Parts: sequence; C-alpha cells; structure tokens
Amino acid sequence: MQSAVSIKDLKIAYGDNTVIEKMSLDIAPKEFLVLLGPSGCGKSTLLNAIAGLQDITSGEIWISDKNVTWEEPKDRGIGMVFQSYALYPRMSVRKNLSFGLRVAGLPKAEIEARVARTAALLHLDKLLDRRPAELSGGQRQRVAIGRALVRQVDVFLFDEPLSNLDAKLRNELRVEIKKLHQSLGNTMIYVTHDQVEALTLADRIAIMRDGVIQQLASPSEIYHRPANLFVAGFIGAPAMNFIEGRIETANGSPTFQSNELSFDLSGYGFKTPPVSGQATLGFRPDHLVLDGAASGLPTIPGRISVVEPMGSEAVLWFDWAKQTLSLRLMGDVTLLPGDALSPGLDISKASLFGADGSRL
Amino acid sequence: MARLHPNGPKPTQITAGRIGLYVFLLVAVLFFTLPLYTMVVTSLKTMDEIRLGQIFSLPSKLDFSAWTTAWSGACMGTVCVGIRSGFWNSLAITIPSVALSVFVGAVNGYALSLWRPRGASVLFGLLMAGGLIPYQIFLYPMVRAMATVGLYNSLAGIILVHVIFGLPLVTLLFRNYFVSVPEELCKAARVDGAGFWRIFFEIMLPIAVPMVVVVSMLQFTGIWNDFLLGLVFAGRDNLPMTVQLNNIVNTTMGERTYNVNMAATILTALVPLAIYFLSGRWFVRGIAAGAVKG
Repeated sequence: MQSAVSIKDLKIAYGDNTVIEKMSLDIAPKEFLVLLGPSGCGKSTLLNAIAGLQDITSGEIWISDKNVTWEEPKDRGIGMVFQSYALYPRMSVRKNLSFGLRVAGLPKAEIEARVARTAALLHLDKLLDRRPAELSGGQRQRVAIGRALVRQVDVFLFDEPLSNLDAKLRNELRVEIKKLHQSLGNTMIYVTHDQVEALTLADRIAIMRDGVIQQLASPSEIYHRPANLFVAGFIGAPAMNFIEGRIETANGSPTFQSNELSFDLSGYGFKTPPVSGQATLGFRPDHLVLDGAASGLPTIPGRISVVEPMGSEAVLWFDWAKQTLSLRLMGDVTLLPGDALSPGLDISKASLFGADGSRL
Repeated sequence: MARLHPNGPKPTQITAGRIGLYVFLLVAVLFFTLPLYTMVVTSLKTMDEIRLGQIFSLPSKLDFSAWTTAWSGACMGTVCVGIRSGFWNSLAITIPSVALSVFVGAVNGYALSLWRPRGASVLFGLLMAGGLIPYQIFLYPMVRAMATVGLYNSLAGIILVHVIFGLPLVTLLFRNYFVSVPEELCKAARVDGAGFWRIFFEIMLPIAVPMVVVVSMLQFTGIWNDFLLGLVFAGRDNLPMTVQLNNIVNTTMGERTYNVNMAATILTALVPLAIYFLSGRWFVRGIAAGAVKG
C-alpha cells in the first residue's frame, strides 16, 4: 500500500523513560489522522519525531515513500502548526508567511504569488502588513496555518493548534480546518487532547496512552465500539457509565450479573464466544431510554440527583446502587431532582469489557 | 461625626509614614547630588578661590581653564598632555569590547537556552562559577597566558580580557532572556529551513533588542570604569582614561590642582553618565522585560 506517512517500529526514550514504545503506523494519502490522548501520552513527541524536531531511539520514519529518518525538518516535505502559534514576533504577516520561501531561495515573483494565494485562501489579505502582536488569537493561528500552507507540501502536522483559543473561535477554526482539508486534499496529522476536535475532524483516530496506541479506528467505531476500558472512558462527555459484575454462561444463554441487576446478553455482539468471569458493562448516557417499561428493555431503576439542561439536550444524573449514572435526553426536561425513574438499556449498543479491560 | 458614605475614588490621606518616606528620599537625593555639586563648582573655581576652603560656595566667576587643562595639559608625572589620549584609548578599548562581548554572550545565551547542546548545563555552571571568582585570582595566570600568546600590553589583549571577563554576566542575562522565548518558535523556523545562524540573526536577535541595549549599557559602563584590568593588560600606549585620571590625581610634584582634578574626574565619568541619561527609558524597559519573563 502506498502511504503518505509510515512509522516503522519507532521507539523514543530518554534513558530508562520510554515515551514511545515500538510503534508502527501507516497513514494513507489525503487521510486526516488525529492523535488523541491525555497529557504525557507521547502524542506531541510522536508528531515532533515525524517533523524531525525530536531525536528518536530506534525505528524508521517514511514520508511520501522516502525514508526521512535522518533528514532535516525542511527536507521532509512537511508543514507544521504549533499550539503557541510560534509566529516570528518582529516580522509582519507577509514576512512570516514568506520566511520559509526566502530561506529556500525561491524567486521573488514566485514568493509573492504564493503568499498572495495563501493569504486569499485564509482571508489574511488585509492583515499582511501587520505584526503578530496586532492580531487576535484566531488571526494568529490562521497566519500559522498559512505559514504551513505556503510551503506547498504533502503533509501537514498540527500540534494542538486550537488549544489556546476561546471556545467560539475554536469551533470556527475547526470548521475552517476541515474545509481546508476537503479542498486541498493533503495528508494531515493532528494532535489534540480535545475529543470533540478528534471526533469531528478525523478520518481515523489513534488514541494513545503511555506511548502505545490503544485503538486506531474511525471516530464512529471508537465512539460506539471502544476497544478497551481506557478508550471507553476517555471518549464521550459525559463519560460512559460502568457497572461491575460477572458474565454467567451457565444456563445456556449468557447473562450479565451484578449485585442488583441481571441482563440477558443474547443481543450483544460478542467478539469471541462468551465465557463466565469478571466483566464491566459500559453504556453511554445516550444509550439509555427514559421510559424503560414502555420500551420493553431491561431497566435500571434509580432516583434523579441532578438535572443539567443544555438547551437542545439535557443530562440526568441518577443514583443507582451507590453509583451515579447519567442519561442524555433530547429536548427539554420536566423531571426534577428526587423523581424516580426507570430507564431502559439497549444491550446491543452497550460495551462489555473483560477482567483485563479489553472489549469482549 | 457623621461617617462618610463611600462613593467614587477613595480619598488619599497624608500619613506620617508618607511624610517620612519623602524626607528619606530627599536626604537620599542630597546624599548623591552633593558630591557632584561640589565637584562641579570646585572645577569652575580658581586655585586661589579653592584655598578659601568654602567648598559649597558658588564660584565668584566662571573659570573654565581647569577643564581645558584637564583635557589637554594636565601632567602625569613628567608628561603634560592631559587626559585627552586616555579618552580616545578608553573608546578604542570599550567599543570593540562591548560589541564583541555582547555578540558572543548573545550567541552563548541563545545556544544554551534554545539548542541545549550536550552538557549545556555543565558548561553554563562552569561559566557562572567563572563569574563568581574574583578577578584578582586570575590576574597572574592571565598575564602569563597573554604574554605567551604575545597579546600582553596590547589593545587586542585588553579587549580580549574584557570580553572574557564580561562573558559570564552577558551570557547569564541573554540565557535568561531567551529561556522565556517559546521553544516552538525555534522549531517553526527549523521546519521553515532556517539554521542556527539564520534563526539567531533573523528571529532571536530582533526579539532581544531590549536586552542588547541593557547589556551593552552595563558592559559599556563596566569596561569604561574599569581600572585594574586596564592598568595591568593595556600597556603604556593604551592606558584607559581611568588609569590616566589616577595618574593625574596622584601626581605628587608641585601644587595639588583640585580644580583640574575635579574637571578630569567629571570628564572621565561623563560618558557613562550620558549613556544613562540618554537611554534610561530603554534600560528600565529591558530590565523589566527580563524580570517579568525570566
């Protein structure tokens, strides 16, 4: 398979502290890959290694079918956007955009044409003579994106580009980045700790923890069929509900048993035939149906503790067996804290995890 | 008494503490300006008037002859050419020394903070240790070393000595300034294809202009006011103004011309004084920038 970026057995370590452990990863041309994970999971280190800004311990990095493991950043055919914008403070926007081209010694006319085209694409035309200090946060990040675009490379690397912006700008620029990807068709690798960015932008998400990819799949797959407890708990807001219990296969059809509940698991899509043992049942707040009795689903009776209305939807937190579970409802709610409820659970949408935390 | 209803800006009150503070400031101002005042008036008096012993009184008439003597006729031992040659020597020593030490220190600070070569912290620690050891300890080995490479008693020699002794402080200041520069700036420039020197000249140096100004002023004042190193390393032909001033003031032959001594002293101090007056704003700004960020 032809790939835009390929990482082979990459290891990065500082002394005994291993940041990336034997990682292999293939990114297809025109793919939008998001590296997602909590702080310190190695996602930025990986991105810096791809850019050539980070020394690696062993392994290979290929970009556009060329082994670039020993190449300088400028020779790798990449453009990079940083969280802190990293604009050159004493240069105008125009100078910022053209810096790389001037270093590369391109002819003046070519530089001007490219800067003009990039500025038009990112609506920076009127800002070309300003200094970075005279720009707003959103404008600065657009200049930073422009500085990557102007290089006309195949692969763009984004290192948490929206984390320094306020919520509204973040949403706007997220859409702009998605549009850019659709119109330019470059390969993009995007590091973030924000799951909304990951779910909305990515073709595929690689969820990382402690330098190891936990799951590499489409956003929908990751949301609906998380590969292990870590992925299940990391993705989704409010977080997935978990109930500890056991799987019993004694009476023919498998059941999930906890102290208070017993669910028939015949509707659950097991990866391998079920065996008896410790298990965790996970289900998202949106996989509960408010009126469980009417739906005919198995129910989890409880009492509402908190109601969080959010306009288009509402989250109900309810107490069940010393645990607090959550339920997401569309529209307005008339329920109040203290009300009893008995939501139903569609077991086919739930996730079961074995004792080792991986999906059953 | 009816209590005031708080509304609008809080009224300022003059307290005893405040008055005490102003009195203290006034005394401090007098403490520092009185000697300067005495020097200026004494330099404008004739020797006859000085002998009256009223050091705070204004001169009866302005007499600038002491200044011309100090500049071009005062005697050092048997040579009576004034402090003029010392002025030019000092410029010839100070300007290249400042330029070189600031440049090398800036490169050092930039490399140590943004490139972190292997052993950078050890190197930096050694450099700082060098800055903490008193000059006097280095003097003899330094004289031997300079003599060995043939630079003892030469202009190049004294410049080299000033650059070496200036490096710890200059490097420290630039390192602390560049440490506050986001590392990503350097990374972005590397992705753009810029190398060590290009990043330094086109990106880092323009950012560090306030620091360059502050460090240049510190170095200029320090080197201009230096006496010991100039006396030991500069050689007879390159003696800086401070050494020549000492020779004039300490000449033991004949009458002590206090007015000439005062004028020569003011002339020597004039250059650093002028620098602080003209660029005080920059100085404060640079120090503040360093303090806030570093």
